[in-house]
Amino acid sequence: MTATLEKPPVTEAPVKEPRDWRGPALFALVAVIGLVVMPLVLEPFRLGLLAKYLTYAIVALGIGLAWGQGGMLTLGQGVFFGLGGYAMGMHLKLNDAGDGLPDFMVWSGVETLPALWEPFRNPVFAIAMVVVVPGAIAWLLGTLVFRQRVRGAYFAILTQALAAAMVILLVGQQGLTGGTNGLTNFFEFFGQDVAADSTQRGLYFTVAIVLGILFVGAWQLQRSRFGRLLLAVRDGEDRVRFLGYNPATVKTITFTLSAVMAGIAGALFVPIVGIISPALLGVVPSLELVVAVAIGGRFALAGAVLGAILMGYAKTYFSEELPDAWLYLQGALFILVIGLAPKGIIGILGSLRRKKEVAA
Amino acid sequence: MEGILNQLPIGLSIGAVLLLIALGLTFTFGQMGVINMAHGEFIMAGAYTAYLLQDFADRNAVLVALPVAFLVAGLMGLILERTAIRHFYGRPLDTLLLTWGVSLVLQQVARDLFGAPNVQVLSPTWLQGALGPMPYNRLFILLLAVGSVVAIWVYMNRSAQGRRMQAVMQNRQLAATSGINTGRVDQRTFFIGSGLAGIAGVALTLIGPVGPTLGTYYIVDAFLVVVAGGLGQLRGAVIAALALGLLNSYAEFWTNASLAKVIVFAVIIAFLQFRPQGLFVLRSRALT
Repeated sequence: MTATLEKPPVTEAPVKEPRDWRGPALFALVAVIGLVVMPLVLEPFRLGLLAKYLTYAIVALGIGLAWGQGGMLTLGQGVFFGLGGYAMGMHLKLNDAGDGLPDFMVWSGVETLPALWEPFRNPVFAIAMVVVVPGAIAWLLGTLVFRQRVRGAYFAILTQALAAAMVILLVGQQGLTGGTNGLTNFFEFFGQDVAADSTQRGLYFTVAIVLGILFVGAWQLQRSRFGRLLLAVRDGEDRVRFLGYNPATVKTITFTLSAVMAGIAGALFVPIVGIISPALLGVVPSLELVVAVAIGGRFALAGAVLGAILMGYAKTYFSEELPDAWLYLQGALFILVIGLAPKGIIGILGSLRRKKEVAA
Repeated sequence: MEGILNQLPIGLSIGAVLLLIALGLTFTFGQMGVINMAHGEFIMAGAYTAYLLQDFADRNAVLVALPVAFLVAGLMGLILERTAIRHFYGRPLDTLLLTWGVSLVLQQVARDLFGAPNVQVLSPTWLQGALGPMPYNRLFILLLAVGSVVAIWVYMNRSAQGRRMQAVMQNRQLAATSGINTGRVDQRTFFIGSGLAGIAGVALTLIGPVGPTLGTYYIVDAFLVVVAGGLGQLRGAVIAALALGLLNSYAEFWTNASLAKVIVFAVIIAFLQFRPQGLFVLRSRALT
């Protein structure tokens, strides 16, 4: 009795396979649904919700890259999401305030605009910071941590501690960050009324297209030499080092990319939802997104995106219909998926398809 | 100068609580490769145990609660280990996510049982007052931690069970081939570690209110203690916990509460540049 050994995908040589068109076809289908069908079918409120989930999906894509492909369980993506969000929020606040001070500063008795805020008047600077600040912090943390071969659970704990520290920092600096309330009450978004249906529709298209671009980018990265190296680092960091590569570099680059994605998502989130506050980026929201990725399927980028969108819908639905049961349900879902289906929905679909192929 | 002195008891007692929490974490992590996020909810369970016992023991509830909370939290840990965690040994990241799900559920259970608002446990009258700058309640917490550490040390080094525990921690396979029932040892470790979290919960009732999310405030810091102290290291945990408690309270004193956590985080990252595996490292020839 010889068991048929399934070759792990990692060890496969990168041979030229005949081009598989199913993936791109599926992507095109989803793109048509996302860009044509959804805006036609959904009323503005529901379209806004979908836009919000799509920003989460961008964060999830980064988590899928860092955790699923690179094995770095990052529990602090909320930090980068928040940094991007605050950069955008600060610009919108200053834009609304004109020559005056943002409303919350007046309430907390701040008299002159803090120097940190001043450059955010410039939209180009603000948008640059959306990418630069999360990227720089992730790069610094990654360099310091990965260079010392701090990894696995240690890394997870550190990122979680960063998320906790970030929340306390934001809450404490009332006059600078708006404290617990965060930044909210935006009126104008680059010359448009931010609450208008047309603006929100435009934002939906923006976030959908950004997600599409980042997804294709991440997909290409995954297929590239670098992507193979990343997988190798995940599965055998020491072996990769013996082969002459520096795993720390590979990990730092990937972690930085995932942070930048979270930052972009945060910046898009702000005009769509109209608020950025510490409660949106702490330990719990960061973990929730990791769970969403796990539920969707952490080993496939599509799974990460799928998981984030599904979790968003589930959360909205259940907190509208059964608010008390949601936490139980979320916990239970969590335990079941991690316990029974560690490859998530994508993994379940994949094994179903394989069964069908065997039967046929 | 007086301010500096006043910060000392706060730092020491927070360090003592962190130590009680981190001991369980460091042993379960070091021995079984399990990151137990639900550990925070064992703290919460211990604290609510003291709250419930007030009906029977009035102001001395804290004293009565110590052994009871140890048992309650310990049993919760044992049940968790038997039903879920043991299937995930050696997969720390999965246990982290799994136990986080458990912790969400436990928090909601607490909310349904005791209500979302915080409750108060009255501390014994004989703990009011102070010895110099050291309030009796904080001194009591410190003594509690000292007592627990001594007890753990004696258990680990002077009892057959404890030596088996050390053996499993150092080399599981070798311990198993030597005839040690490693599953049994794992259960004991989990029971004791979770029980200590229960005791930490009782201690926390002396310095603050009790709520369903009590555990979440301490779990992150307790994990940092594990990271800084080294896996499964009693000495490391003691030093790291006290250092972290003191660093926290002095950083709050010299800057402000909102910067303190960032400073602590930066110090730990800097510390890991010199000691990436924590203060003390378990030397082992096992391959990674």
